[in-house]
Parts: sequence; C-alpha cells; structure tokens
Amino acid sequence: MKPTKISNPEYFHKVVDCQWACPAHTPVPEYIRLIAAGRYTDAYMINWESNVFPGILGRTCDRPCEPACRRVRVEDEPVAICRLKRVAADYKGEIDDLIPTAPEQKNGKKIALLGAGPVSLAVARDLMPLGYECKIFERDPVPGGLMRTNIPSFRLPEEVLNEECDRIINMGVEVQYNKEIKSLKEFLKEDFDAVFVGTGAPKGKDLNIPGREECDKNIHIGIDFLASVAFEHVKKIGKKVIVLGGGNTAMDCCRTAIRLGGKDVRVYVRSPKVDMKASDWEIEEAEMENIPIYENHVPKEFIHKNGKLKAVAFEKVKAEYKDGRRKLIPTGEPIEIVECDDVLMAIGQDNAFEWIEKDIGIEFGEWDMPIVDRTTMQSTLPRVFFGGDAAWGPENIITAVAHAHQAAISIDLFCNNKSLKKRPEPHVFLESTKMGLHEWSYDNGYAEVDRLAVPHADPKVTLADRKVEVELGYDDRMAFEEAARCLNCDVQTVFEEKRCIECDACVDICPEDCINFIQNADEQELRENIRVPALNLAQDLYVSGKLPTKRVMVKDEDLCLHCGLCAERCPTGAWDMQKFFYFGAQSHDGCKK
Amino acid sequence: MSFIKKPNARHPNLPKNKLGLTRRDYEGALSTLCAGCGHDSVSSAIIEACFQLSIPAHRLAKLSGIGCSSKTPTYFLNKSHGFNSVHGRMPSVATGANLANRDLYYLGVSGDGDTASIGLGQFCHIMRRRLNMVYICENNGTYGLTKGQFSATNDKESKSRKGVDNMFESIDLAALAIQLGAGFVARSFSGDKDQLIPLIRAALSYKGFAFIDVISPCVTFNNHAQSTKSYEYFREHNEAVGFLDVIPENEEISVNYAEGKSIEVNVHDGSKMLLHKLNKSYDPGSRRKAIGKINDSRDKGEIITGLIYLDQNEEDLHDTLLTTEKPLNQLKKKDLSPGLKKLRQVNKSFS
Ligand SMILES: Cc1cc2nc3c(=O)[nH]c(=O)nc-3n(C[C@H](O)[C@H](O)[C@H](O)COP(=O)(O)OP(=O)(O)OC[C@H]3O[C@@H](n4cnc5c(N)ncnc54)[C@H](O)[C@@H]3O)c2cc1C
Ligand SMILES: Cc1ncc(C[n+]2csc(CCOP(=O)(O)OP(=O)(O)O)c2C)c(N)n1
Ligand code: SF4
Ligand code: SF4
Ligand code: SF4
Ligand SMILES: [Mg+2]
Repeated sequence: MKPTKISNPEYFHKVVDCQWACPAHTPVPEYIRLIAAGRYTDAYMINWESNVFPGILGRTCDRPCEPACRRVRVEDEPVAICRLKRVAADYKGEIDDLIPTAPEQKNGKKIALLGAGPVSLAVARDLMPLGYECKIFERDPVPGGLMRTNIPSFRLPEEVLNEECDRIINMGVEVQYNKEIKSLKEFLKEDFDAVFVGTGAPKGKDLNIPGREECDKNIHIGIDFLASVAFEHVKKIGKKVIVLGGGNTAMDCCRTAIRLGGKDVRVYVRSPKVDMKASDWEIEEAEMENIPIYENHVPKEFIHKNGKLKAVAFEKVKAEYKDGRRKLIPTGEPIEIVECDDVLMAIGQDNAFEWIEKDIGIEFGEWDMPIVDRTTMQSTLPRVFFGGDAAWGPENIITAVAHAHQAAISIDLFCNNKSLKKRPEPHVFLESTKMGLHEWSYDNGYAEVDRLAVPHADPKVTLADRKVEVELGYDDRMAFEEAARCLNCDVQTVFEEKRCIECDACVDICPEDCINFIQNADEQELRENIRVPALNLAQDLYVSGKLPTKRVMVKDEDLCLHCGLCAERCPTGAWDMQKFFYFGAQSHDGCKK
Repeated sequence: MSFIKKPNARHPNLPKNKLGLTRRDYEGALSTLCAGCGHDSVSSAIIEACFQLSIPAHRLAKLSGIGCSSKTPTYFLNKSHGFNSVHGRMPSVATGANLANRDLYYLGVSGDGDTASIGLGQFCHIMRRRLNMVYICENNGTYGLTKGQFSATNDKESKSRKGVDNMFESIDLAALAIQLGAGFVARSFSGDKDQLIPLIRAALSYKGFAFIDVISPCVTFNNHAQSTKSYEYFREHNEAVGFLDVIPENEEISVNYAEGKSIEVNVHDGSKMLLHKLNKSYDPGSRRKAIGKINDSRDKGEIITGLIYLDQNEEDLHDTLLTTEKPLNQLKKKDLSPGLKKLRQVNKSFS
C-alpha cells in the first residue's frame, strides 16, 4: 500500500466515527471533553455552530453518531452522545453575547424561505450574519415545523423549542405566519434573489382497505392527529386505540394516545418486530409505558356497525427473506378481530408538491419528486433550492440541518455569481496534546464504565400530562461519568517514520493490537497479515513509508482506544497524540477568498 | 512508565490457545521501564511463547535477580509463581525450587550485570549442573538500573554514552554456556520477535539447561552511535545462523526445506524442533564448531544469532542425582519413612 496521506483532512475525520457519521459533522469528542470540564456554555456553542438546535437535538436527534461510536465496537454500548448534548443545553450559561448578529447594513440580497421548519430556520441562521434579508413564509401560526406539530411535548418541551427557534428569528428574520404558498409560479414573481423550499413532507399515508370511508370519523392519520394534539384541537381519544405502523411516528402516536385517555392502546406492525423502523430507544420507551407491540399483523378491514368503527381485522403473516428481500406470507391462521374505538395510522409520509407547477423550469424525477443536486441543493431552476424533508422525502432534524448548511453556502455563492461546484474547504487543525513524558492535554485513561441510563420522571405524573417531559436528563455527576466513556477519537495517533527505531514498544503495549511492523503488500494482503486480521473494511489501515528494516508500520484504526500508550512507550516520539479539529465549512466560508 | 493502567479492553478476535486463553491473559503489570527498553519486548516475546504453548500460568515459576531486566517478571505472567531474588543469586533460588518440584517450568530472567558480573559464579555452576530451566539474559552491555556503568559483556570497542572507552575484554555468555555444559544455547535480539519467540518456545520445551542471550538495547544508557549494543548496530551486524520452527506434538511439519539445510529434532515433551540453517555447513550439534562459529563471527564483526548449540541428549540435574520423580510437597510420610523393617535391613548391611 502507498503511505497514508494524513494531510487529507478526510482521513483523520473518518477516524472520528461519531463526527463522520453526523450529517452536520458536529465535533462530538470536543464538546464531550468540554462537558467533562464543566464548560457547558462552550460545549453548547460548538454544538450550536454546527447543528443549530442543541437543546432540541439533545432530546430528539435520530443520533446516527451513536451506532457509529467506536465504543460499540470496543464494548457494545455507545457513548450517550445525544443526551450529553442535552446536558450542554440544560446547564449552559448566558449566551446572548456569543450569538452572531446580523449586520445593520444589509447586503441587498433577499431570500425567501418557504416553511418554518428546522431546515429553513437553519438556512436563515447561516445567512443572516452575512447581511441577507431572509423572509420566511409559514402555513402555521408558529415556527418549528414537525418539531412543534409532531414531536410530542413529553419528548421535547415547548420552552426548549421556543428558545432555539426564537434565537434565530430574533436575528431579524421576517416571518409571515398563516401564509400557505399555493402556487410557486405566482410566488416566483415576487422580488427574491433566491427561494428556498423547506416545506417538508407533510402528507401522511392512508390505507385503503374495506371500511376505511365508513369509519372515517375514528380513523386518523398519525401526523395529522399529532398536529391536532399539539394545537390542542384534539384533547382526548377513545379507550381502545389501535396504532398501525412500526416507525417513530407510531411510537409517538401510541404514547400520546395513552396520555389522552387511551386505556388499552396497542401497536400493530405488519413486519416482525426486528424489522420495525422505529429507533430501538423509541420502542423501549413505548414498552416502558406498557404499550404492547404486536408483530406480523396485516390490517385487512375496518369493521363497523351503524357507521361506527368497531374493530380491525388482521391477517397473521410470517416473514420470509430471499435475496435480501422480505416477503410477508400469510400463516393461514384465522383472521384476528381486535376491538377498538379509534385507529391511528402511522404508516409513512409523502411529499406533496401540488403547489409547484410543472412548467416553471423545475424538473421532476422519480416518485414525482423535484430533481435536486445532492451537493448544492439546487433545483433545475437555478434560483430555487430545496432542503430538509422536501428534498428527498422524510428524514430527520439533523439531516435537515446538514442540508441547510449546504443550501446556505450555495445560496451565498449563487448570489455572488460564483460557481456552486467549488465548495469551501473545512476548517482543520492538528496539534500535539503532549504536555510531559506521559501527560496529555486530554484524559487518556480508559474508563471501564457502563453506559449510564438517563433518569426518568415519575410515570404517574408523565402519563397524566402530555406536556411533562419524561426524561429528566443527566445531572452534572452523571454527565461527567458518561463523558469519561468517550474515547477521544479526535486525538489522533500520528506516526513520524523518520523518528522510529523499530523497538516494538508500541506494538507490545497496544491494548487492542492495532500496531504492526511488517512487509508491505497490497491492502487485502496487509489486512490478512497483521497480528489480528483487519476484517472491518469500513475502517482504514494507516500505513507508513518504508522503515530502515524495509518494513512498514501498519495500524488498523478499527479498535484503537486513543489511549496514547503507544506514544507514551515510544522512546523517540515517533508516535504523537495530536488533536484533530474538523469543522465543516459554512456559508461564511464560501466567498471569503 | 505510564500513569494510566493498560486498558482491559482487548481485540475481540484475538486468537485463543488450547486453554481458551488469549495472549493478554498472560500479561503482567504495566512496565515501569524506560519507554523503548528492549527488555519490554522480551517480556512480550515470553508472553507470546507461553501463550502459544498453552502453559497454565500456575505451572510456571519466574525467577530473577536484580536489575532492570530482573524487574521484568513483574510485567508478564502475573498469575505465575515468582521470586525476585538477590543480585546474581537467581541460580541458587532456581536450583532449590527445581530440586523441590521438578514438575514446573522454570524461567529465569537476568541481566548481563546480574549474570556476568556479580552472578558469574552462580551462572557457571548452574550450567555445569544442567538444571532444567530456561535462563534468559537480557543483555544490554550496561548496568541499566544503576545508571549506565559498563558491564562485563560490553565490547571493548564500544564507548559509553559520554564517549569514555571500555578498558576490558568482554565475556561472551553464549560461548561460556556452551563450554560449561548448557544443552541449548541461543542468541537473539529483543527487536526480532520472529526469531525470539520460537527460540523461547523451544527452550521451554527443552529438558536441561537452556540459555538464551538476548541482545536487548538500553535506550537510555547504551543506544548511542558508538555502542555495539544499540538497535542500529545490532541490525547492521546481525548474522542469523538459521530459523527455528517449533512444531507441537501431533502436528504435521508443513514446510519443506532444501536437503542438508534443515535439521529435525524430537524434543522430550513430544514436540519437534525444525532448524532451517542458512549455512549448509553449520552444525549446531557440535560444541567445538559452535564455539568456533561464535569466534569467527566475532572476528568478522558480526553477531551470530539463532540456535547456536543443541545437545540432543536432554539430560538434567535430576537424571544425574537420581532424585525422586515426585515434587517434595507431594511426598507422603510413607515415601519419606521407609519403616522399621527397611531400617533394620539397612542397619544389618553395615554389620
Ligand atoms: C411524528 C414524528 C416524529 C418525529 N420525531 C423526530 C425525532 O425525534 N427526531 C428527529 O430528528 N426527527 C423527527 N421527525 C422528523 C423531523 O421532524 C423532520 O425530518 C424535520 O422536521 C424536517 O424538517 P423540515 O424543515 O424539512 O420540514 P418540516 O419540519 O416538516 O417543516 C416544514 C414546514 O413547512 C410548512 N409548510 C408546508 N407546506 C407549506 C406551504 N405550501 N407554504 C408554507 N408553509 C408550508 C409546514 O407547516 C412546516 O412548518 C419526526 C417526524 C414525525 C412525523
Ligand atoms: C549485592 C548488590 N550489589 C550491587 C547492587 C547494585 N546493582 C543493582 S542493579 C545492578 C546491575 C544490573 O545490571 P544488569 O543485570 O545488566 O541489569 P540491567 O539493569 O542492565 O537490565 C547493580 C550493580 C545490588 N543491587 N546488589
Ligand atoms: S492509542 Fe496507541 S496504544 Fe492506544 S489503542 Fe490506539 S494504537 Fe493502541
Ligand atoms: S515505540 Fe516508537 S520507536 Fe519504537 S517501534 Fe514504536 S514508533 Fe517506533
Ligand atoms: S535504564 Fe536502560 S535497561 Fe533500564 S529500563 Fe531504562 S532502557 Fe531499560
Ligand atoms: Mg544490563
């Protein structure tokens, strides 16, 4: 193999598994160290800069970072990255002075943002400090999008949501509420330099089986139901409730239903439980509230009497997997009839772009979705950009934020007549953490501590009031302990072959057998030849140039604990532990140079 | 020296031996030696060899004298028996222990000061007696622990770190060992585990006195440009006489070497040693030739490594003294006191 090019920032970036997996590339280990140091405000600000909604995300993020966490490979349970983010938000100090302000003198460019969900808010946050005039048009009377209308308050309290939405709007964003855009063609006649579409995927899927129409009064689309609850149009529900669907929306629906008076609330899923789309922790929370989940049940009919819903008829199936595809095969067991008063249908969401005319230059592709560039977020009509759930269908908040950063960069480049293809570079620093012979500016010891469970409020209280938050969050002690579990994957093992005398000290000490001095070969061979074969192909090999004995150093990045023992045992300083700071480019980086 | 504990976390795919243990189960406390000390690599080679041989930790006793090298038994096999004795006196303790219980593996670790200076007398006699043990001398040409004085193995042409000449001839421990009756004599290098691990395995499988002189650089006091025991000097002057494979009992020999180039030796524990000679004419079975080879290489400025001498007879002190098979702690009163009848018989033989 050729020597690894560590000057390419993406090499070390990939070693920081969590940050690499985070769509917005939040510098996770950096904020976790700040939390351990009690510097909650600084931890919050790093988050705010990269993911815009730390308080919200610290409670609701889909956390793609956690399954990616190195700790999963080392001992199974990831660091509670998400809930530590909440700690930063809960305990931060005064931050008003730290938030960038929009200049008095505007740059003369006007941007329209359609929808006031997280994606539009984040675009506004990125553009306001650059002097853009941002104007949001929102159908609802309040900002937040699905974060407000669909994520229940027992998971995300209103104050937290308000605080982080207001922080952006208070930069001077103009918002026109109760304004639904019904024709983009008309709208484009208005005087905006760029238009950003952040209208989400607002249509809940329906299920057309016998009885659907007759029982309409008691069959509710999940996301509409949740919105009605949020806006307090709906305050109670029947005693027996059936929730159809296995995603996160289903989990929010069932948990909301028991808080509105449902006594016998059940979730029915078509697939086996292991295939459920909902996150494990969402399923766990529902089960903790004693909501049963029935797998392999396909709804066949809504049974009604005198125009009133009585029950749902289910066919029982079993899953068969062939060539990676799943087929649900009826078991032949008798149809199961389950009585109910109300049904909540949470079987998916669609986009709805009836309001975008087909003749205005925006091309549509598969599934009747607009064609949007994956990097620039630009549609085929140059001044129209898309992001969030509106771009490629339902995702999550952190993805919306990541889209927003890219869209803001593009809009800024576009308004400055620059090429959108030339993206600004990320900010990277690499600096030694060495403070003494065996002292580092980070805590390099390996904490043999199990993941700490987040304490919950008394269920008697939370089940009685849908607005009471279930999770209490970590206190400062717990946060400190959990933070210690972070392996500091951003503190990189940097090898300088010129210094190495091939004494083997690093090989001998490494607890995870990462380091090898062997004959060079191609990647596949090297992966097989090292002390413990490197089977995880998703993780790179770090290869040095030739050493005096003609061998090369090969390090398997997979399980490195970043404990620094290799560097402590190295007599010549050939290994050094260097902190790698990576911060993705944002709109203010775009036109600087 | 490190402040943090070596994490217990380990690679999930570490190979397991016959006992179901991984290499890490053979580790000891975290070393307090200088970073880069050759001795730590030797410890790691010992760990690997014991792991490969599936030695149950409680069946091995590690013994040492005084010195950085003699500290190392703390850093491997922390579940084994151990005795850190007085400077140069490890052989006496080993002899006592071995006579009391011949069923254990005895692994002595010493330094060149411990062996060739203060302990030279003890070293000579333990070899004459062919005590069944492995004696590893971690040879760095210096008294590391007492801050870098020349030791008796320091070559005359070598200088101290501050440029001072060495005035005296050096002792070649391998040559001495061959001369005084050691049955297995090898030399190796801490930085060459591919060579060292099979040698330690073979030595542990060997019955009789097995000596390995391991050049093990002292990074702090004897790794400078004018030293002949530095990493760099060794790598430039190493002349390996062969490669050694140890094939466990019931395993097929899979490699084929050119005729006349490999020697197969059956070891008493059932395994086989397979020595692949790099030089066809070299004969590790002859004392005279082995000593000659050491001297020749030395004259050429080379350091010969590998298995230098092997006595296939595998005899040890117990064979000579006809001592009891059983460890003393297992002898019952019946074994120790032959009874009145026997006593009378013995007494009668004098009358
Ligand atoms: C029940 C449920 C629970 C969820 N839980 C989580 C969670 O825990 N964590 C997570 O990360 N994600 C969660 N999500 C997904 C997440 O909420 C969305 O991915 C995210 O809100 C998308 O942001 P957005 O800004 O693209 O769109 P949205 O949040 O949908 O915002 C779009 C906004 O546009 C407005 N709008 C729509 N059409 C028009 C129009 N024509 N004119 C004017 N305004 C319009 C809407 O009123 C809305 O305010 C959940 C989704 C659901 C349905
Ligand atoms: C009886 C006695 N004399 C002297 C000493 C001082 N002393 C301690 S270690 C040592 C030399 C050790 O050298 P070596 O065996 O080569 O070990 P190294 O530290 O080089 O590994 C000496 C002279 C001692 N501890 N005891
Ligand atoms: S930091 Fe060094 S010693 Fe620690 S696990 Fe990584 S490679 Fe091994
Ligand atoms: S400890 Fe340092 S000098 Fe020794 S082999 Fe490792 S990198 Fe090279
Ligand atoms: S002084 Fe020399 S022998 Fe002793 S630990 Fe340090 S490097 Fe090793
Ligand atoms: Mg010494």
